[in-house]
Amino acid sequence: MARITFLEAIYQAQAEELERDPAVFMMGEDIRCNVFGTTTGFVERFGEERIRDTPISENGFIGAAGGAAMVGMRPIVDATLSSFLYPAMDQICSIIAKSRYIYGGQARLPLVIRSCMFYGNSNAAQHSDRPYPMFMNMPGLKIIAPSDAADMKGLLKAAIRDDDPVMCFEDGTCWMNKAEVPDDPDFVVPIGKGDIKREGTDITVIAIAGGVNVALKAAKQLQGEGISVEVIDPRTLVPLDRELILKSVRKTGRAICVDPANRTCSAASEIAATIVEEAFDALRSPVVRITTPDTHLPFSPHIEKPLYPSVERIVDAARRLVGAVQYQSA
Amino acid sequence: MTAIGDNDRRLEKYRRMQRIRQFETKAETIHAAGEIPGALHTYAGMEASGVGACMALRDDDYMVGTHRSHGHPIAKGSTLRPLMAELLGKATGVCKGKGGSMHLSDFSMGSLGETSIVGSGGPVAAGAALGAKLQGLDRVALCFFGDGASSEGAIHEGMNLAAVWKLPAIFVCENNRFGMSTPTSSAVAGANVADRAHGYGIPGVIVDGQDVDAVEDAVREAVDRARAGKGPTLIETKTYRYSDHAVNMGRDLTPRGPEHEEWVGRDPIALYRARLVSDGVAEADLAAIENAIADEVADALSFARESAYPTFEEAFDHVFVERLPIPADVAAHANLGA
Repeated sequence: MARITFLEAIYQAQAEELERDPAVFMMGEDIRCNVFGTTTGFVERFGEERIRDTPISENGFIGAAGGAAMVGMRPIVDATLSSFLYPAMDQICSIIAKSRYIYGGQARLPLVIRSCMFYGNSNAAQHSDRPYPMFMNMPGLKIIAPSDAADMKGLLKAAIRDDDPVMCFEDGTCWMNKAEVPDDPDFVVPIGKGDIKREGTDITVIAIAGGVNVALKAAKQLQGEGISVEVIDPRTLVPLDRELILKSVRKTGRAICVDPANRTCSAASEIAATIVEEAFDALRSPVVRITTPDTHLPFSPHIEKPLYPSVERIVDAARRLVGAVQYQSA
Repeated sequence: MTAIGDNDRRLEKYRRMQRIRQFETKAETIHAAGEIPGALHTYAGMEASGVGACMALRDDDYMVGTHRSHGHPIAKGSTLRPLMAELLGKATGVCKGKGGSMHLSDFSMGSLGETSIVGSGGPVAAGAALGAKLQGLDRVALCFFGDGASSEGAIHEGMNLAAVWKLPAIFVCENNRFGMSTPTSSAVAGANVADRAHGYGIPGVIVDGQDVDAVEDAVREAVDRARAGKGPTLIETKTYRYSDHAVNMGRDLTPRGPEHEEWVGRDPIALYRARLVSDGVAEADLAAIENAIADEVADALSFARESAYPTFEEAFDHVFVERLPIPADVAAHANLGA
C-alpha cells in the first residue's frame, strides 16, 4: 500500500498493464510530453512504437484504436479532454459502440478511451464538459467515472483488461486527491460494482465522479446536525450497479443524486428514475437531483463555481428531505 | 490461398465478378417481391473494382468496405450462403441477422466491417494496418470508400494517420459517379479524388474501374509498397453504378444522361469475358462457370430460406461480450413466436 494521487494512479495502472501485456499500447495527442503527467517517461520505457503521439485528429486516432483492437491489440487512447471526444463521435458511436453488434459478434473491441473532465477552473465552455451522460445513451460503451485514486487505478486496469470498449472519464477535481492504493499488480476494481463510501441511515446520496467528494463533505457537515448520510459511488455508469443503489434507498427511504453533468438526461436523471420505478414504496420524500444547470460553463470564476453541485446545495436538500425545513419544489 | 496458375487466376476473377452479379440479380428480384427487408444497395457495374482490388490481397489481409456491401466480401472470397441468409435476416447470416444488406461483413475473410456511415472505415483501416505493424505481421489493410465518402473528414484523417506513420494501408475510392443521386462533379472539388493524395505525400493513382486486370495491377503495386513499409496509396477506380442509390424504391433518383448507355456498354464482366475469349479461353468453360454460379446462388437462397430467424434473445447479444439482461416488460410482450 502506498498513498498516491489520482494522477499517479492513472500512471501506475497504465505502466503496469503495458508491462504485463504486449498487446497494450497507447496513443493520443502529445502523450510523449503529456501535460497532465500520466505518461511521463513512457516513451523511454516502452518505446516509440507502443507510445504514439498522434496528429490532432480525434476521429482518426480514436477510430484507428477501434481498427487496431479489431485485429487483436488493446489500445489505450488518451483523448486529453472530454470535450475533444465530440469530433470523434462518428467513430465512437458508429464504429466502436456498434461494430460488435452489427457484425453479429464477429468483432471484438478491447480498447480504452481516456479523457479528463477539466471543469471548474475557468476554461470556458469548450474545455469544461462532463459528457458521460451522452455516452450512457449509446449502447455498447462501458463507462467508468471514479472518484478516488484506488478506484481510478483498479478500474482503469480492469478497463484495459476488458474485452469491450471502455470510456474512462477522469474528473480533474479529483487529480490531487490521495488515497491508499494496493501495490499488487493484479489489483483491479470490477467494472459494474458500486461502492459505499460512507454508511448512513437517513438519506442516500448517490454521487458521480467529483461529486462524491462534495457529497462526503456535505455528509460530514450533516452528521453534525444529526442527519446520517450514506454516500454511494457507482464508480461505473455503464453497467450501473442499480442493486447497490436500490438497497441503500430501501434502507434510508430518501435519495439525492449528485452529478456534475448538466441536468437534463444526466446520470442523476437515470438514477432518480430507477429509484422511483423500483423503490417507490420505500421512499419517504421526493428524489432530488443536484446537478449543473442546463447552461454552458462561463469563463468568469465568479459565475462558474456556483453552477456545480456544492456542499451547500446538498446540505440544503438533505435538510428539506428529512423535514428539518419545509420542502419546496425546485 | 492455394497457389493458382495465371490462367486459373483469370478464371477466378471472372468467377468472382459473375458471383457478385448473379447474387445481386437474385437479391434484387426477391427484394422486389418483399422477401428481403430494408434497403438494398447494389454493386452492379462496379464488380471489376472490388474483384481487381481483392485479388491483389492475401486471404489474411484486412479489408474495410462500404454500405454497398455485397460485392466486397464476395470479391475477397466469401461463400454465398451466409451472405444470402443475412439478406433475409436469418440467424445463419454472416452477421446473425444484425447487419443486413448494408453490412455484409465476413471477418473470416479479413473483413473488418462494411460500414454504412460513409467514410467511417478510413480510420478503422489505418488502425488495422497499425495493428499489423505493431504485431510484426506483413498484412495490409485495404479501405474501400465511395466518391461521396471522399468528402468525409474520417477518410482524410485515416489517410493522414496512415501516411504520417507509414502504415500498410491502401485506400481505394470507388468513384461510381454518384453520391446517392448527386453527381460527383457537383459534390467533389477537383477533377479527381486521387489528386488529393498529393496533399498527404502519398501516391495517387487513377485506374479504369471497368478493367479488372488494371485494377488488380494498380492495387498490387500499392500492396507491395505497403508491405515494404513505404506507406499507403490512394487509388481511384473510375467506375459506374447501374442502379439507383438503393433498388426497388419506386423512385428514379438518378436522372441519367447518354453516359448511362456508354457505361453499360463497357460492362466490366462483358469486357473481361471478351478478353478471355480473345485470349483463347473456351466459351464453354466460361458458360460452365456461369452455370455453376447460378447453382451456387440457388443453393444459397435455399439455405437462406430454410434457415431460422434469430431468437428474440439474440437482440441482446453482442452489445457487449456478455449478453445484456432482457427487461421483463419487453420480454413479456415480445413476439417470441416470430
